[in-house]
Amino acid sequence: MCTMYCPRPVVDTYNERLDITRAPHIDYAQAIPSSYYIDARACLRVNYETCNLCAQTCTAGAIDFTEQPKELVLNVGAVVLAPGFGRVDEKVLEKFGYGRYPDVLTAFEFERLTCASGPSEGHIVRPSDNRPPKKIAFLQCIGSRDETCGNGYCSSVCCMYAIKEASVAKEHEPDVDISIFFMDVRTMGKGFDDARKRAQQKYGINVVRARVPRVDEVDGRLALTWTTGDGEHHSGLFDMVVLSVGLESPEDAGLISQVADIELNHYNFCRTSVDAPLVSSRNGVLVAGAFQGPKDIPESVTQASGAAAIASELLADSRNSETVTVTYPDEDKSLEEEEPRIGVFVCHCGVNIAGVVDVKAVRDYAGTLPGVVLYEDTLYSCSQDALKSIAEKIKDNRLNRVVISACSPRTHEPLFQETLRSIGLNPALVEMANIRDQCAWVHAQEPERATEKAKDLVRMAVAKARLLAPLDQPTVDVTPTALVIGGGAAGMSAALSIADQGYNVVLVEKGRSLGGNLKRLTWTLDGQDASMVLKDMVEKVKAHKNIDVLTSAKVESVSGYVGNFTSTISRGGKTEMINHGVIVLATGGREYKPKGYAYGESTRVVTQLELEEKLSRGKGFLKNARNVVMIQCVGSRGEDMTHCSRLCCTQAVKNALKLKDLKPELNIFIFYRDMRTYGFYEDLYREARRKGVKFIRYTLVRKPEVIKQPRGIMVKAFDELIGDDIEIPASLVVLSAGISPGENEELSRIIKAPLTPEGFFLEAHAKLRPVEVAVDGVYLCGLAHGPKSLEESVAQAKAAAAKAAIPLAKGKVAVAPIVSRVNQDLCIGCGICESLCPFSAITLEKVGKRKKAQTITASCKGCGICASHCPTIAISMGGFTDEAIMAQIHAFSPEGCKEG
Amino acid sequence: MAKSGSILVLGGGVAGVQTALDLSDLGYYVYLVEKKASIGGVMAQLDKTFPTNDCSL
Repeated sequence: MCTMYCPRPVVDTYNERLDITRAPHIDYAQAIPSSYYIDARACLRVNYETCNLCAQTCTAGAIDFTEQPKELVLNVGAVVLAPGFGRVDEKVLEKFGYGRYPDVLTAFEFERLTCASGPSEGHIVRPSDNRPPKKIAFLQCIGSRDETCGNGYCSSVCCMYAIKEASVAKEHEPDVDISIFFMDVRTMGKGFDDARKRAQQKYGINVVRARVPRVDEVDGRLALTWTTGDGEHHSGLFDMVVLSVGLESPEDAGLISQVADIELNHYNFCRTSVDAPLVSSRNGVLVAGAFQGPKDIPESVTQASGAAAIASELLADSRNSETVTVTYPDEDKSLEEEEPRIGVFVCHCGVNIAGVVDVKAVRDYAGTLPGVVLYEDTLYSCSQDALKSIAEKIKDNRLNRVVISACSPRTHEPLFQETLRSIGLNPALVEMANIRDQCAWVHAQEPERATEKAKDLVRMAVAKARLLAPLDQPTVDVTPTALVIGGGAAGMSAALSIADQGYNVVLVEKGRSLGGNLKRLTWTLDGQDASMVLKDMVEKVKAHKNIDVLTSAKVESVSGYVGNFTSTISRGGKTEMINHGVIVLATGGREYKPKGYAYGESTRVVTQLELEEKLSRGKGFLKNARNVVMIQCVGSRGEDMTHCSRLCCTQAVKNALKLKDLKPELNIFIFYRDMRTYGFYEDLYREARRKGVKFIRYTLVRKPEVIKQPRGIMVKAFDELIGDDIEIPASLVVLSAGISPGENEELSRIIKAPLTPEGFFLEAHAKLRPVEVAVDGVYLCGLAHGPKSLEESVAQAKAAAAKAAIPLAKGKVAVAPIVSRVNQDLCIGCGICESLCPFSAITLEKVGKRKKAQTITASCKGCGICASHCPTIAISMGGFTDEAIMAQIHAFSPEGCKEG
Repeated sequence: MAKSGSILVLGGGVAGVQTALDLSDLGYYVYLVEKKASIGGVMAQLDKTFPTNDCSL
């Protein structure tokens, strides 16, 4: 109402100013909190004390112009800064025609164009004439890797998001021609190279390696000129240009730094260090997300959990001191056992449902169904006051089954289950019919038939509701100990965090000493002495009273489920059993062992780690050296392993700089495919170029060759710029060998934690659950998850420690009520269910003389695979019993309902 | 004096929200402060996310 009556149009910032809304509005339908707000800059009442229309039209009386800003004083034990990132200044975009030519858009604006809820309802159109573009160019590194605007760093995310936006555009408009102009293609995230390749092959997106300096307009189209690596000049006309703008530090970074009293780095991001990436310069002030440096969603989510772990370490003694516990009344078992008394609530969802479906007709129809004693319609069933009213009506009418005819149970069922619990009914006694998505939305053009279908769905839901039974909600106690597998940087960091949070840790390392790959590293990427970082970690781990370190030890078997695992550890010929509540996988990775390149045939060919070992012993070995050649992607990116090893580019640049420091007259050549010195590491790349390190691009088709000669080594490679082969006599060849996964297969089998095709452990969700695995109670960090830097391993280890500490802190694990149940009288012990269960949640136990299946309810996810494959139909699913589902299906025909 | 069991999280984007969720699961009271009218940050403006092409919301 308020939006409708407001006379003041304002630009819609949620839609990147591509659309118009009114001063009072809501950004998008699913916004949380889901209340409208007033844009004070445009409001007539706020600025001129006139109008007041919205306050008068608001039926809820929710607009109060007398409200004043309030200052709150909060007493907190820690602060986490997660202000996100800022936008690149529009002045930077102007040289690419932004603001001058309407069809030059930022990638954020383009994202809104592709979105169904955006200003063009998902149609990609040119703002100048509202027609679909035929040719689109994406320009990368706008406001990134560009010292002229002060942003010398790489924003790390734009390469991937441009490829995503281009793919989405191709899905909308298959005929559109798309070119992306890259300097380097930096898709170094886990699985990103694969996704990029798929996108290139599936959609035919053109990859051009060039930086476009400017955009001009020619005959209503946008003209670009560029120069490729072979020195050729090109030009082309496009209908739309998308600027892949980078991530800047937040606009108010200075203010935050002042208020929180923390230091910023030279790009105005929060200053942190490699061994403590989430800690600001002030004690108790932590940082997560893009404010720590440009990063993508999975890394932001990882850092967020990591920051939570550190806060939890700092405040372990005050845990649960200020939290509030919700209590529920006891269940009214006698009411639940009575004959079904069903209440049906039909939701309007504003106009979402009622705009198509005749809600009142559906409501009255529900009243004719057997067992229904109450039938009502509600404007928004999910609103706070509606839930309260539903609860009261359930009580007043002594209802013991409830049907909510509204939207999707995926999003809203927990809300209604909670309502039932709050008044002493078992949450399993509610059933939902999704008449919004399945009727109003998909049949918007046929309101009458949509209404009939809504009646069908309600009739079916009522039939099922009659047979709903209360389900137990058992909880199991948690053993307050974590098993951490792997004693490298990630494993030690995770162990320390869990121990500092107040829980016991058993740290199992297969090697003779702690340290893993960190033992071979000489310097960290920010130039710290790696051995000091290692020493500090090892000492803390060994001294911690909560950590039990087992070296030369191996995990032989793991049984049990979240909260109650039992593992067998073998050590020096003996085995011991350990009880623990959670598992952290930190099994690490290895430096890839190069094949070819004369590796192993000549002492002059080494890997980057071997070079570091030489460097740590002094510069003697460089005495007669003139030319050093480094070769990137040895083993990585399709050479042998498919993945990008992520940190070899930065490692090579770091070591090249070290060599230049020790012997400035040295000629260093780095052969690369894409330099992926992402984030602030771009500074090192620029410094190396400035100091004369020569970077030469190669492709898989024409790889550099290392040729052993009687007196030394020759590197032969194709130089794109010259257009011919070059030969470099090399004093030293350094291979940037990638990171290969550790021996994860056996552990993967023992724990049932799946692996990626490359052999790293697979996370539960690439974006939102980056440190959890599919098996409950098992978490993941470090190189076991994929190649990453020390800094990233430490952050991820903290994140895994936070997730692992959650069940330990709760002390109990709640079991989801929808689990499988085995009728042991019918079970023949065939074991099909056990072999198919993806969560190790069914075991065969001896009952009498025969083996029978048994569900481990704490591990069961309720997927139903076991029930659907059981040959004797001995397994039923809580909340989805065969009887209830059959009743629901029978009720599909009105006749069936009468029989039922 | 015992330290407070409350934590201030500045910013309601995906990082702030995840921190707040984990901290409340770990037994702490959280004040989540966001300058805009709703939480979600930039991720709420994205149409789909790579590589799974899941809806962002």
